[in-house]
Amino acid sequence: MTEDGMEAATQTIDPAEVAKFEAMAAEWWDPNGKFKPLHMLNPCRLDYLVTQIAAQFGRDLKAPRPFDGLRLLDIGCGGGLLSEPMARLGATVVGADAAGGNIPVARLHAEQSGLQIDYRHCAAEDLAVAGERFDVVLAMEIIEHVADPQGFMNTCAELLAPGGLMFCSTMNRNPKSYMMAIIGAERVMRWLPVGTHDWSKFVTPDELYALIRSAGLDPVDRKGMVFNPLSWRWSLSDRDLSVNYVTASVKR
Amino acid sequence: MDNRARRAILRAMTHDSDILIAGGGLNGPALALALAQSGLTVTVVDAAPARARAEDDFDGRAYALALASQKLLAAIGLWPMLATNAQPMLEVKASDGRPGEGAAPFFLHFDSRELDQTPVGYMLEDRFLYRAFLHAMEVDPKITLLTQTAVTAQEVVPGGIRVTLSDGSTRLVKLLVGADGRRSGVAERAGITREGWGYGQTALVAAIEHELPHQGIAQQFFMPNGPLAILPLPGNRSSIVWSETDANAKVISALSDEDFLAILRPRFGDFLGQIRLAGPRFSYPLNLTLAKSYVAPRVALIGDAAHGVHPIAGQGLNLGLRDVAALAEVLVEATRRGEDLGAPDVLDRYQGWRRFDSVSLALGMDTVNKLFSNDNPILRAGRDLGLGIVQAAGPLRRAFMRQAAGLSGPLPRLLQGRAI
Repeated sequence: MTEDGMEAATQTIDPAEVAKFEAMAAEWWDPNGKFKPLHMLNPCRLDYLVTQIAAQFGRDLKAPRPFDGLRLLDIGCGGGLLSEPMARLGATVVGADAAGGNIPVARLHAEQSGLQIDYRHCAAEDLAVAGERFDVVLAMEIIEHVADPQGFMNTCAELLAPGGLMFCSTMNRNPKSYMMAIIGAERVMRWLPVGTHDWSKFVTPDELYALIRSAGLDPVDRKGMVFNPLSWRWSLSDRDLSVNYVTASVKR
Repeated sequence: MDNRARRAILRAMTHDSDILIAGGGLNGPALALALAQSGLTVTVVDAAPARARAEDDFDGRAYALALASQKLLAAIGLWPMLATNAQPMLEVKASDGRPGEGAAPFFLHFDSRELDQTPVGYMLEDRFLYRAFLHAMEVDPKITLLTQTAVTAQEVVPGGIRVTLSDGSTRLVKLLVGADGRRSGVAERAGITREGWGYGQTALVAAIEHELPHQGIAQQFFMPNGPLAILPLPGNRSSIVWSETDANAKVISALSDEDFLAILRPRFGDFLGQIRLAGPRFSYPLNLTLAKSYVAPRVALIGDAAHGVHPIAGQGLNLGLRDVAALAEVLVEATRRGEDLGAPDVLDRYQGWRRFDSVSLALGMDTVNKLFSNDNPILRAGRDLGLGIVQAAGPLRRAFMRQAAGLSGPLPRLLQGRAI
């Protein structure tokens, strides 16, 4: 746990969740492996992130390295599925993961891809305590895995520089999301190992907005991410937030 | 790992360009231009010398550009250089015929006015098209063109693919595109196998000068041994694509120009008055080849490298440009969201978009050709009736026209004439 000399603080991390992902770490970059669902979701998530970041910071996505000069934190970076694209677009990226097994996998892959990314085996709280500040904080598909959602959200807010943008995506808690995410994804399609998600930890959009506001951030946008079984693709939806959704919030 | 070692790795990982395209014919340059205009760096490697491809002499070869292909050429800025030499095709007439009998009573008639857009397509000579591509590539700072150079080896390495060229040098790129034709070395080295079958037919291609104006009308006569297409070129000239059995074609190819014209005349008919040859004659054996996959790790195939089709409707180049438009859109969108251009999930999006379309079109043209290349009287009567029914059924005919014009299906933006 101490390979980088940085001890993980664990106030909000549920140790059982960390162990689960550590077991999967080596498979991160196989688009047909265990993380296939994330690979499938990734273009849709990235479309949302790049559009919102470009809008917030006035960047032109057709220009080379449009995110040059932006400091970005990817919390729960895993194998780097979001960190690498953000670095490729020019952002200065810190990828943090409490699962130490992910860090060497992510580092190796970034180096092989010619990308410079600062991967750290630590929790978001460690960075906040160290006084680090970021223009963009990503908390994607993570809040449903933390033990103290409000504490986690407060930490995200603390990590943001004024005018900074925080992204939080998660899964809605309703009968449909139980059918899709637990029954469908884990038991029928076997996209995810059984037990990946705990439905009771899913968060409704209203609950998430309340968490965001309590942390002192202004929610500015939210969109659904919807899987179309005909095109076999994910796409963004203005209206359908019934299962997967993503939010953007600003620190004034 | 200390920082110095990490920096050394990063230095070693610098890509020479984003993409290397093997093949400098038409699809390769079209893709290079579309990508370069969206900010990607491209190396184009062509085994042929550049000037040989752009010589001024008319060699008789021409393309029937679908409307969608013309829109792509406009979107990548080439059309202003081409428009003055392009012959608009205002109508396409298809009919069933036998030598000496003229066209059957039922006529398949495609009129551009039915598509709400004029014309149906354009005829363009090879020399003008390639010259425009060459000029555009030379002035684009993001394109490096290496002529008289071939790819001799390729190796997938972490973060890219290392390509060895015939001069012994290597290039590290994110993606290698095989635009190197139906005997694609890129595909072969990537372990992509092909499926192919011959038609037992050969296409005889030549340019014809004729006495009367063609009025922009393209004709397709379905003859017992294969179709004869008469496609309008600027002035009183037309390009013919005459398909015959291999045995007949061999005999016809060996004939003198005078004897060739003597047997062409009854098939061609006299609707354009006197005819004579306006350039050299070419012959191409017709066969269909399909790559079993259009992608492999850090490799994508376009054009004939992916699918060599029967050229009965001039669809080879049109299909290739559809690959170009789809691949360019997939790669540019991936770039804008920060994805790795050579990642398997990015390449799968291209394959998923293109493979069904080209396989169905290839098989469809194969079926049409087999149905019409037959002199069985029952089939012939059925054909005449069938063509008449297609003619009578407006919506079906328009659907057929839209497919032939490349206007159906989910169209990549370049084929709609829009920037990516």
